[in-house]
Amino acid sequence: MGIASGVQTPAVGAASTATVRKRRRWQAARAFVRTPTAVVGMAMVIAWIVIALTITFWAPYDPIKQDIVNRLHPPSVQHLFGTDYLGRDVLTRVLYGSRISLPVAILVSLASLAAGSFLGATAGFMGGLTDEITMRLADITLAFPSIVLAMAIIAATGPGLTNAMIAMLIVGWPQYARLMRAQVLAVKEQEHVMAARSIGASEGRVLLQHVVPLCIGPLIVAVTLDMGNVLLLASALSFIGLGAVPPQPEWGLAVAEGRTKFAQWWVSGFPGLAIMSMVLGFNFIGDSLRDVLDPRARTQDF
Amino acid sequence: MQRFIIRRLVIVVPTLIAVTLVTFLIAHFVPGDPLAAVLGQRAMDNPEIVANYRARWGLDKSLLEQYAIYLRNLLRGDLGLSIHTQRPVLTDLGDFFPATIELALGALIISIGGGMLLGVLAAVNMYSWLDQLVRVIALIGSSMPVFWMALIFLQIFYAGLGWAPGPGRLDSALTPPPSRTGLYVVDGAIAGQWAVVLNALGHLVLPSIVLGWYQLGMIARVTRASMLEVLYADYIRTARAKGLAEKWVILRHALKNAMLPTVTVIGLAVAGLMAGAVQTETIFAWPGIGRYAITSSETLDFPGIMGVTLVISGLFIGSSLIVDLLYGMLDPRIRVAR
Repeated sequence: MGIASGVQTPAVGAASTATVRKRRRWQAARAFVRTPTAVVGMAMVIAWIVIALTITFWAPYDPIKQDIVNRLHPPSVQHLFGTDYLGRDVLTRVLYGSRISLPVAILVSLASLAAGSFLGATAGFMGGLTDEITMRLADITLAFPSIVLAMAIIAATGPGLTNAMIAMLIVGWPQYARLMRAQVLAVKEQEHVMAARSIGASEGRVLLQHVVPLCIGPLIVAVTLDMGNVLLLASALSFIGLGAVPPQPEWGLAVAEGRTKFAQWWVSGFPGLAIMSMVLGFNFIGDSLRDVLDPRARTQDF
Repeated sequence: MQRFIIRRLVIVVPTLIAVTLVTFLIAHFVPGDPLAAVLGQRAMDNPEIVANYRARWGLDKSLLEQYAIYLRNLLRGDLGLSIHTQRPVLTDLGDFFPATIELALGALIISIGGGMLLGVLAAVNMYSWLDQLVRVIALIGSSMPVFWMALIFLQIFYAGLGWAPGPGRLDSALTPPPSRTGLYVVDGAIAGQWAVVLNALGHLVLPSIVLGWYQLGMIARVTRASMLEVLYADYIRTARAKGLAEKWVILRHALKNAMLPTVTVIGLAVAGLMAGAVQTETIFAWPGIGRYAITSSETLDFPGIMGVTLVISGLFIGSSLIVDLLYGMLDPRIRVAR
């Protein structure tokens, strides 16, 4: 194939590269769907998305309304997951929790992806002082363990889910910036970029049309794996008391509310399982995507 | 090698200064007035008390001046007075630090020892049930919230089965050994109090597993991947052809050469443990710097927040520096390339 495209005229060559790329994409999609962990991961995440979208129509109980008489009931037919210390149905609260955790995980990681890849692409493409300033900022942010920096920022701005999300965005962008910058640096020296420049394409067009599309593969993998990590960080912050506030049915907060009740394991047990299932879902997808999109990692890693 | 070390050290200094600046700025954008939390509303209404208080903590000076004073004190090892405990932050951290170190050491032993062992076993038995089991262990480690794992472990192994001791560093019936290093196990051994040593070890088991699991998974995955890369190399075949026992082929020839990526993850593990300690220490009532970090953010004790953030980041930077240096020692190509 290499020889064939070598003798073709540039126009035909470009067309065949496009078909090759399309075919590769199709192959990657098929390989992805055939990976068992990918299917399981997709099923888990889709199930949570469906729950989050529809729970308001079929929830068995009210997630907020207290029912003190029936507090701390063990799991039964009426309350499959039992009730918490205010008599609220744990199952309902766990299901409602997806309406907080899912958007938080997706929004924060996508926002970090957008901010980080924009800054990283600009830094890598422009070089010079822009590059220097952006990457030093990234280095400084990465010099802090993320939960510690997030805690300090939230302590300064006041607890709450919004501030927690902003803090997670601040600690989250540098990894994407580094990844994107490294990709852009590798791609921008390639011949097709020079070709685009030589026919007079503007810098912005070169960056967006000819450089960025070749850089997104690793970023997609990173953002899926990051959704799980963001969820873990968000629930940890809520658990500490810096994220969601009562009576929100947030999972980390729910675990914290049940932490002193060793005998009533269901109060903190089920919300924790919910966190784990969603994180597992994201990690399964991310892992399988990496196998498909990054041939070097295939079979070597799990 | 010397030039490589010097170059790396030169990079660390500006990073450390930047870290002090960031912690300082964060602490000073606290909108909730820490004075209100400390003095109470009635004292806040009295301008004289407020002014006195501001003067005492240096809050009446300009931001730049405050930062200069902060840096000068920092160089003297003075991290300021904690508003919450009314003691020097450095003394506080000195009290809380050994507990975290002892816990982190326990977690490191579990994650490095267990992770490398599992990684090698998985690579040698690729695609077997053992390989799958290691994969599941690693996945659970990276998907389970640390605070929840801590809680579940306490519920099962302490409250339920009674196999493990409860939260804390020692049974309340025992008195801590005379402090030399602050590590109860070591101090107990120095003082010859073997009951204390055993008890402290027992208290370490659960939190160390909880704290180390995530890193154990990472180390196992990376060790497996790099072992697989090495196991099919020509020199391994040569070693086997020489008639070397399989045990020595794996330990001496394969593992030694597969160590490089593992060293990187171990470096990250040290840093990650500091972050995980925040969650583990809360649940296990462990009097370490993680707990101190939480208490100071809850009470808006900004000298405390600054001190603890600074110390943890310093450890973070220090451990990545050590990894870089180790890397340079293990792989000559890196010394030249950078």
